[in-house]
Amino acid sequence: MPMLEIKNLRKSFDGLDVLKGISLSVEKGDVISILGPSGGGKTTFLRCVNFLEKADGGEMVFDGRHIDLARVSGREMREVRMKTGFVFQNYNLFLNKTALQNVTEGLVTARRMEKAKAESLAMAALDKVGLAERASYYPVQLSGGQQQRVAIARALVTEPEIIYFDEPTSALDPELTGEVLSVMRDLAREGQTLLVVTHEIGFARNVSSRVCFIEGGVMVESAPVEEFFGAPKEARTRAFIQAITSKEV
Amino acid sequence: MTERIINILIQSFPKILVPGLLKTIPLTALAFSIGFCIAVVVALIQFAEIPVLRQVCRFYIWVIRGTPLLVQLFVIFYGLPRVGILIDPFPCAVIVFAVNEGAYAAETIRGALESVPHGQIEAGYCVGMSWVQIMYRIVLPQALRTAFPTLGNELISMVKDTSLAANITVTEMFMTTQRINSVYYEPLALYLEVGFIYLMFSTVLTKLQSLGEKRLASYGKR
Ligand SMILES: Nc1ncnc2c1ncn2[C@@H]1O[C@H](COP(=O)(O)OP(=O)(O)O)[C@@H](O)[C@H]1O
Ligand SMILES: [Mg+2]
Repeated sequence: MPMLEIKNLRKSFDGLDVLKGISLSVEKGDVISILGPSGGGKTTFLRCVNFLEKADGGEMVFDGRHIDLARVSGREMREVRMKTGFVFQNYNLFLNKTALQNVTEGLVTARRMEKAKAESLAMAALDKVGLAERASYYPVQLSGGQQQRVAIARALVTEPEIIYFDEPTSALDPELTGEVLSVMRDLAREGQTLLVVTHEIGFARNVSSRVCFIEGGVMVESAPVEEFFGAPKEARTRAFIQAITSKEV
Repeated sequence: MTERIINILIQSFPKILVPGLLKTIPLTALAFSIGFCIAVVVALIQFAEIPVLRQVCRFYIWVIRGTPLLVQLFVIFYGLPRVGILIDPFPCAVIVFAVNEGAYAAETIRGALESVPHGQIEAGYCVGMSWVQIMYRIVLPQALRTAFPTLGNELISMVKDTSLAANITVTEMFMTTQRINSVYYEPLALYLEVGFIYLMFSTVLTKLQSLGEKRLASYGKR
């Protein structure tokens, strides 16, 4: 049984259909990259899956629990969020908290963990993203790449079943994307389940196990990585791959 | 002649200062604290866009900010006894000043809440926090820092506005000065004197305000 299953997710904004019935199945340990042109609905998809937007229709099966996405209760939302992590394009660190406090916050406040225990877990998480020595820095004192790595530590410290990433490197200067991508690659190697919206074709090709292509609110193609790049079925997928790979030159 | 005035000023100084310490300052401190609490609640209700309650808050702010403080004092102190509600002068002043301050500070705090980058709220949800936890631990602390200078100005205004309480028989500094003046009839000297004491209070608060602002400057210096 898949760890996470989304069925027929639909969402519209003011009459505009942004997601036209998207389905996705995630196994434990999967690293799934979602590619697609801007405006295709990738962000909206991730946001609906973590209830930051309310879907108009669709179902979710997560960790054996069945959820009607259009009628999800506050309690269900919180229970799912307790087991997931989310990394935003713009980091969204808590600006009034140090790097360490950013990472402990979800443990201490939402999970009522003892402060000392939370801090030792948080230090381990910061160490994993290479920022242990920046623990007492505030977000404004960190570079974009460092902030994003703190955000990753904040997401992984709760040992989530799955971590969602929405273009985690898109807001970064080119020379800072590497440090973030390498942290994500390490997570993937450790078997952490990841669902990553990205424009980093190298990450999709070399790190992910599955690749999805979303365009116009539709899941155009979803395939294992070799098949996606080697023998894509859909003409639109081929055109997209060609467009991005020709840019790489 | 000048010697007489100097003597009056010296004698009346403690007589004015004591009600300043016993009435003006407690009145300000109490009313501001209560008003601040009202303001936080009213601002949060609007920020959370709670239906109905939100309209009630808008109405409260509209009425309070649209009518003179002096009129509010008179309605509560001289008006309400007509419907059987009698409140002693000092508590009456505390209530009116608190409710008044609540309306102004609510707008200040609401603006500050809205200036906190919204993504942090979503990040809070994503680590499993509830709305109340996010407000209390993330958004309000940042908003109150933003609002601090304006709230400080409002506090200083209130110290001076408490002189209006003389109109409802609270024997604060200004009323005391009026009484002394009715004995000696030296209005220029005595009113300048009480003005000077208000100035001292305001100066101390302004100093505290800028000290506070320095300490709160930002979360981490670049
Ligand atoms: N809050 C919103 N209100 C109205 N339209 C929105 C909103 N969020 C996204 N959209 C629209 O939905 C479409 C998909 O956007 P998005 O999910 O951000 O795409 P992507 O992440 O693939 O670039 C776009 O046309 C966008 O304008
Ligand atoms: Mg997007």
